Amino acid sequence: MSVITVENLRHTYSAGTPFEKVAIDDISLSIPAGQFVGLLGHTGSGKSTFIQHLNALLQPTSGRVLLDGEDINKDKKTRHDVKWKVGLVFQYPEYQLFEETVFADIAFGPKNMGLKKEEIEERVREAAGFVGVKEELFERSPLELSGGQKRRVAIAGVVAMRPEVLILDEPTAGLDPAGSRKIMNNICRYREQSGATVIIVSHNMDDAARLAERLIVFDHGHVAMDGTPEEVFSRPQELINIGLSVPQSTAIAMALREKGMPLEGSVFTHEQLLKAVAKAKGVALC
Amino acid sequence: MLKDITLGQYFPGDTVAHRLDPRTKLILVFLYIVALFQAKGWVGYGLVLLATVVCMAVSHISPKNIFKGLKPMLFIIALTAALNIFYTQGTPIVEGWIITWEGLERAVKMMLRITLLIAGTFLLTYTTSPMALTDGLELLMNPLKKVHVPVHEITIMMSMALRFIPTLIEETDKIMSAQKARGADFENGSLIQRAKALLPILVPLFVSAFRRADELAVAMESRCYHGGEGRTRMKQLKMAARDWIALALGLLLLAAVIVLKHFGL
Repeated sequence: MSVITVENLRHTYSAGTPFEKVAIDDISLSIPAGQFVGLLGHTGSGKSTFIQHLNALLQPTSGRVLLDGEDINKDKKTRHDVKWKVGLVFQYPEYQLFEETVFADIAFGPKNMGLKKEEIEERVREAAGFVGVKEELFERSPLELSGGQKRRVAIAGVVAMRPEVLILDEPTAGLDPAGSRKIMNNICRYREQSGATVIIVSHNMDDAARLAERLIVFDHGHVAMDGTPEEVFSRPQELINIGLSVPQSTAIAMALREKGMPLEGSVFTHEQLLKAVAKAKGVALC
Repeated sequence: MLKDITLGQYFPGDTVAHRLDPRTKLILVFLYIVALFQAKGWVGYGLVLLATVVCMAVSHISPKNIFKGLKPMLFIIALTAALNIFYTQGTPIVEGWIITWEGLERAVKMMLRITLLIAGTFLLTYTTSPMALTDGLELLMNPLKKVHVPVHEITIMMSMALRFIPTLIEETDKIMSAQKARGADFENGSLIQRAKALLPILVPLFVSAFRRADELAVAMESRCYHGGEGRTRMKQLKMAARDWIALALGLLLLAAVIVLKHFGL
């Protein structure tokens, strides 16, 4: 399994023109195999630029990206092959569907890998299973599906490459609560069964708090905070200053503390909030 | 990068050239082109060149930008020049050579003519926003409505097409990245393979273009758009004194060139 190491990564758009813009500046971090990482940050904070470096879609202006200690931009071949290992699902991935059938679309990635027919079929079934796309949809056109189904087919298209690192940019943007819950659960299941590293870019603080083991907060091309959800959400004011929100429970806890209720510890889930309030009030929870 | 494409790019500014009514500028370009094709002798060409330089100075457009736009046309300019040099009869430069003095003169004039033609039209698009340009066109073509030419429809289609070029470029960029992330290869392989590799870009692009067109139509209808009939404008185009002066100068240029031609200059 793969370890991602980023060393002094820096990326400048339109370098040398009047439109020059530093998107990310001197980022160094390491993501161990199997970790579930949430990437937070407001629009334009550089998180999308950052994730496109992890599978060599963008090349760093300076600095290096290492996968298992090997520079992924070493030559043309590694730059191409890293895409099988690091799967990237873009925002609104349903707009990239193009094949005539759902099956063919999910098979696009594995086909590009040059796999045999049986292997492709096995992977397509497996990926469809992970994201909950039923096999009777295989022969339908992806354009006939509903929004949520399209999104899941698109995610399956990346999962079918069996990436060791799965990166998703806002996978639940624009979906209804039931649809987003389903997708988040599918991603969790993929991670459990494959042991892959998962990096999710999200605006939804509640999802990030509930699922991720580690949160990295981007601000103006820098890493502003990096730690467990406990650590990050114990500094809610900083998050708000950056222009992000905090989970509902954290916001309630902040308000209660302001009113004088002595809540202990870091609060970012409903259970923690309940426990903390019960403790402060001296009530036993049944 | 795809984003760097310049296509009749507009440079915002606040010069007299920017403030001129788009109708004036369209007519001026028309007069300019006629004058350019009427010019015969060096004096005539010199006069048009002078007019171009003055316009460039007035609109604060640097020659660098004009030359940048000329780049794609270099091949055509060079080809025209070469043909004129080699295929004109006359007195050879050196005895026995195919190159003649007449050919050389014609080649230089042709190059000058094409360059000035492009420079003049660039000055129009550099100083006029696409919206103003289509507005001006619509008003100029208004008389054609009498003979049932759908002038308003033509111009609104034009302005929409211009408006969506950057959007589509951005979209193409995004789809390309997404397909590359799934291992699509656009750079290697034979011509046929590369043409086939475009399919994963073109299909989503067309799907989203149709979706966008649909959404745009609904958005326009929900704002009660129903064609050009009875439509008023927020920005009324009005001819000012400077417009009449500019037009007079344009006519003067044309007249001068024609008179010079008459005297063979």
